Amino acid sequence: MTLRGIHPVPFPIEESRELVHQMLRIRRFEEACAEWYGLQKIRGFLHLYIGEEAVATGVIHELAPDDAIVATYREHGHALVRGVPAKALMAEMFGRSTGCSRGRGGSMHLFDAERRFYGGNAIVAGGLPVAVGLGLADRMLARPRVTACFFGEGAVAEGAFHEAMNLAALWQLPVLFCCENNGYAMGTALARSQSQTDLCARAASYGMPARAVDGMDIVAVTLAAREAAAQVRNGAGPAFLEFQTYRFRAHSMFDPELYRERAEVELWRERGPLHTFTDRLKAEKVFSEADFQRIDAEVADEIRAALEFADTSPLEPVEDLLRDVHTPQASA
Amino acid sequence: MSTTSAREALHDALREALTNDSRVLLIGEDVGRYGGSYAVSKSLLTEFGPQRIRDAPLSELGFTGAGVGAALGGLRPIIEIMTVNFSLLALDQLVNTAATLRHMSGGQFSVPLVVRMATGAGRQLAAQHSHSFDGWFAHIPGLKVLTPGTVTDARYMLGIALADPDPVILLEHAQFYSETGTIGAPPTPDEAWRAATRRVGRDLTLIAWGGMLSRALAAAQRLAAEGIEAEVLDLRSLRPLDNERLIESVRRTRRAVVVDESWRTGSFAAEISARIMEGALYELDAPVLRVCSAEVPMPYAAHLEVAATPQIENIVAAARSVVHGGSA
Repeated sequence: MTLRGIHPVPFPIEESRELVHQMLRIRRFEEACAEWYGLQKIRGFLHLYIGEEAVATGVIHELAPDDAIVATYREHGHALVRGVPAKALMAEMFGRSTGCSRGRGGSMHLFDAERRFYGGNAIVAGGLPVAVGLGLADRMLARPRVTACFFGEGAVAEGAFHEAMNLAALWQLPVLFCCENNGYAMGTALARSQSQTDLCARAASYGMPARAVDGMDIVAVTLAAREAAAQVRNGAGPAFLEFQTYRFRAHSMFDPELYRERAEVELWRERGPLHTFTDRLKAEKVFSEADFQRIDAEVADEIRAALEFADTSPLEPVEDLLRDVHTPQASA
Repeated sequence: MSTTSAREALHDALREALTNDSRVLLIGEDVGRYGGSYAVSKSLLTEFGPQRIRDAPLSELGFTGAGVGAALGGLRPIIEIMTVNFSLLALDQLVNTAATLRHMSGGQFSVPLVVRMATGAGRQLAAQHSHSFDGWFAHIPGLKVLTPGTVTDARYMLGIALADPDPVILLEHAQFYSETGTIGAPPTPDEAWRAATRRVGRDLTLIAWGGMLSRALAAAQRLAAEGIEAEVLDLRSLRPLDNERLIESVRRTRRAVVVDESWRTGSFAAEISARIMEGALYELDAPVLRVCSAEVPMPYAAHLEVAATPQIENIVAAARSVVHGGSA
């Protein structure tokens, strides 16, 4: 059962504002991406996170600066909330040398070493084994850190998911597995691809705590992540959270959405994480429409500046094509 | 001077790495209690403990990817994939993650990962346990590939790989473990990734690496008895490839035979042959020949396995052909 509407939002108002701010940054950033995709300034695959903002926002809000994040190809939101500057992200979308991956990665491969943001993996479930290794390093070097690993429910069908879950549990590694269950692996619904649709049951079979969370409710996400991250950090081994969420937009810009009904999308839109949370704050009279407008204007300024920066940034010279295949070495 | 097996040399290299650097750990199937399926890591569990000698479940994809993550996290993991045959299960992490991370992050991350695996045929293990994929790994920008073919390289190539900031694959031929020799001086930093002339000759260049080196040397010895002096060039590293020494040698001898246990079609030998064409065509006195495996999944029966793989007499015949003319 959801906490929504039953209990007051259990956060100080500044924290609530910050959660609204971050969710809105993701929403507006991605709306701009879709628009500039139409203008052909952004190309390749573009996977939008709109509708799922509460998951990245709530989980990453609970991480410490030296924790690590491993994400998927639908990771704009995670990078933004982690603090990768919107300018560097937008420049990456535009393929410019000022991008967070120097224009080598694009939408699916956002990275930031300083913020321990390990990308941007476009192979479904490809990030899970890497997260296990990051956890292993923390465990062996006795660092009280958490590696948060995000992946969609489609990843549960991959062998890498099961191998990684087993290793993390077997070696008791500090990994927080965050399953973003948006119901569809591209266009294939969970029930059409999995014999066991209870994802927590599958995680629990590896001997780790597993919990399903309303991924449309930022309060529920944040509280669940807070509790789980603390356990993982304290050496309790890995944990699994299933965030039940929904993507409002198509899978990518190439997706005609033949596999789901408009009514279903509308139903989930009513549960949208941004307006349900702001409505709740308004009902509690701690937040007003003017507050929302102020935050929205601030975000609009940020996105405008990011677009301007991206659009005026230089392309990398073709002479540099072969850089960054190997690490430069003094002796080489 | 006492002789050492390649197995012992590899064991000593592992032990040295674990002793000298507390960040080094070994992860793989049966590397601990069992002692390694080729006994390379025998007794290391007792000496270094289960944290650093980690027996892994049969999850090649999972533990290879964990190696990538551990390398990102500051460790210096050595992943042992029991054989190259099982590396097919780990290719996604090797090709899509280890090899690409530096580039697709715009140079932000290095992946100092070492992956060791046994490779090759010759023990009647049939079609699923006899593969050679040297050229596949050498095909991938972002990976480096070392192929020890002498006990000295068995002793020191692991150190070369560990000193490198990027992912390095070590291909250890299954039949090489029992070869013996005298361990020489460690390669200087300048020589670490370069090809080595194992025998000087004037009439042709035999190009080999890893498990095929000893066969090329044996063939050169037989050829010498009939008056053909073969130079034997050990490539040692397939990526980066020492194009300079390859071309220099072939320009001098004017003839070349490439020995590669992989299937001929699309083999690394094809790459070498193309490099010679690009760099030494006008110096050649004969077409470059390749001695490769027959285009058939590896048969179990001993006589058929021998017939399918490069043997000393095949190398000798090819060498005679490029020197005297006629077909191999």
